[in-house]
Amino acid sequence: MLNRDRQQGSWTVGLRERLSRTVPPGQVLPDRQPAYVASWIYVFGVATLAAFLWIIASGTVLVLKGATWWHTSSIGHFVNSTHLWSVELFFFCMVVHLWGKFFMAAWRGRRGLTWATGAVAFIGSIGTAFTGYLSQTNFDSQWIAGQAKDGLNSVGVGAEFNVLNTGQMLLWHVMLLPLVVGVLIVLHVILVRRHGVVPPIDAELPAAPPLDAPLREPVAQREPLAPAQPDGRAGTPARPDRVTT
Amino acid sequence: MTPRWRGRPDQTPDSHLFPTRPYDLVKEFVVAVAVLGVLTIGLAAVLSSPDHKAVSLQSWAVAAPADVVATATAELAGTSTSAGYGAPYNKASSGQQLGPLPLQRWGGVRIPVDSARDLVLEPLSSVTGDAGLSAALAQWNNAGADQRTGWASSYADALAAAPDGDPAQVKAGDYGPVPTLADRFLTLARSGGLEGLLTSAKTFYGSDETKPLLLLTDGAYLESQARADHLGGDQWGMMNETNNYPGQPWMWLYTFWYQIPPFSSSGNADALVWGLMAVLTLGFILIPWLPGLRSLPKYLGVHRLIWRAGATTAAR
Repeated sequence: MLNRDRQQGSWTVGLRERLSRTVPPGQVLPDRQPAYVASWIYVFGVATLAAFLWIIASGTVLVLKGATWWHTSSIGHFVNSTHLWSVELFFFCMVVHLWGKFFMAAWRGRRGLTWATGAVAFIGSIGTAFTGYLSQTNFDSQWIAGQAKDGLNSVGVGAEFNVLNTGQMLLWHVMLLPLVVGVLIVLHVILVRRHGVVPPIDAELPAAPPLDAPLREPVAQREPLAPAQPDGRAGTPARPDRVTT
Repeated sequence: MTPRWRGRPDQTPDSHLFPTRPYDLVKEFVVAVAVLGVLTIGLAAVLSSPDHKAVSLQSWAVAAPADVVATATAELAGTSTSAGYGAPYNKASSGQQLGPLPLQRWGGVRIPVDSARDLVLEPLSSVTGDAGLSAALAQWNNAGADQRTGWASSYADALAAAPDGDPAQVKAGDYGPVPTLADRFLTLARSGGLEGLLTSAKTFYGSDETKPLLLLTDGAYLESQARADHLGGDQWGMMNETNNYPGQPWMWLYTFWYQIPPFSSSGNADALVWGLMAVLTLGFILIPWLPGLRSLPKYLGVHRLIWRAGATTAAR
């Protein structure tokens, strides 16, 4: 009775259970993957994350030293160079990752939201990089701002997002947009961990095991996230000895 | 609602039903960070990054004085790009439309800029100790709108007809105070004081370069410098960087439309390209739910390069 009261009234328990339903224990950092995860294309997702870390690291140094430091310091120029090249590598890895996922049709198996969060993160990254180019405080910034204002003004948003206002663009670049992209990346990774790596396109649908069929190993608890089968049957219980993704 | 794939319910098996193998995610991530770090630092050390110095209004005045005079005159005549821009700066034109939708006009005049007053006359009004300038400003302020436009337009035409646009070689005419105003504007720009008057005349902290950038882009000098660095709009400029550095190649599709008809020849090119890109972007995000497009990878067959034959059978 006490236990039930605690569970019904506790926001903490509710949040914990919600988080557990989102990414069950063992799914966050699994130490096994499906055997079909055996291609170099899979490394570009994590490579994108790694490049993002280098962008944040180099960008943080530039933030600490100020917007124009890199024009007058050789060390600052080098840090700016690492920022530039980490961005170029980030986009290279992200685009390869994106095309890879497109050719895999990685949205199958209820993974549409995983694709959508990744796509929006890509678009948000383009906006973030764009504001970075506007914040260089050099000739390139001047020219890009002068050109870009026409596009934004033509659709009526140039006053809200004024590319000629360097102060506004700098704040969008170092605070607002990285925060948005960071949150989107976290959501994307959570969804990847929740649903697992999409199986091959031609993979056969496994037959549902008989309800009295013995599992390979004794288990204490059934996997709670097994998806419902397309024909409407209850989800095939995923076997903990295979819960890997 | 049951998701569908190839016209049938989505038959994608549960990924947990497949045979597995050991996979160290943390190790993979650490190695990726290390490799990307080496690549980043290596590229930065070897290739550095471009830093083409910004064009100041002073450097503009020194390098292209005739362009500064012509630009100031165009601002006074109301014929500069910014003077006739429309929203968000003024109501001089209706701006671009996306089909029947006047989106630019709907945006409203949210950053009001009177090009003659804000970019030329107010900065000149702050100059003291110049009797000739004070008299010219008084003459301008006391004249009617038509008279002002007549003076400035005549002087603009005369400048255009002069060799190299040189103000010293302009034929005599009735230009009112405009030659004096334009000349003093050039002097003010050369002194280096014009930027401050445009950005921080009304506030100590000037972080908004809207006015100096509008002035600079009204002139021809900035564009000539950009075109020399292959940054022009018809040179795929938005995605390029100065020198030969990679800029924003991920913007290739956006830039691409500007290179081809009807966009390259349309007065509504920006609105059309933005409208098209909005549709394409929405389609890109919604691929999983678009019949036909979501099935395309199945028929392209590239997935067979990723998944070898043995991997396509789920465990039973």
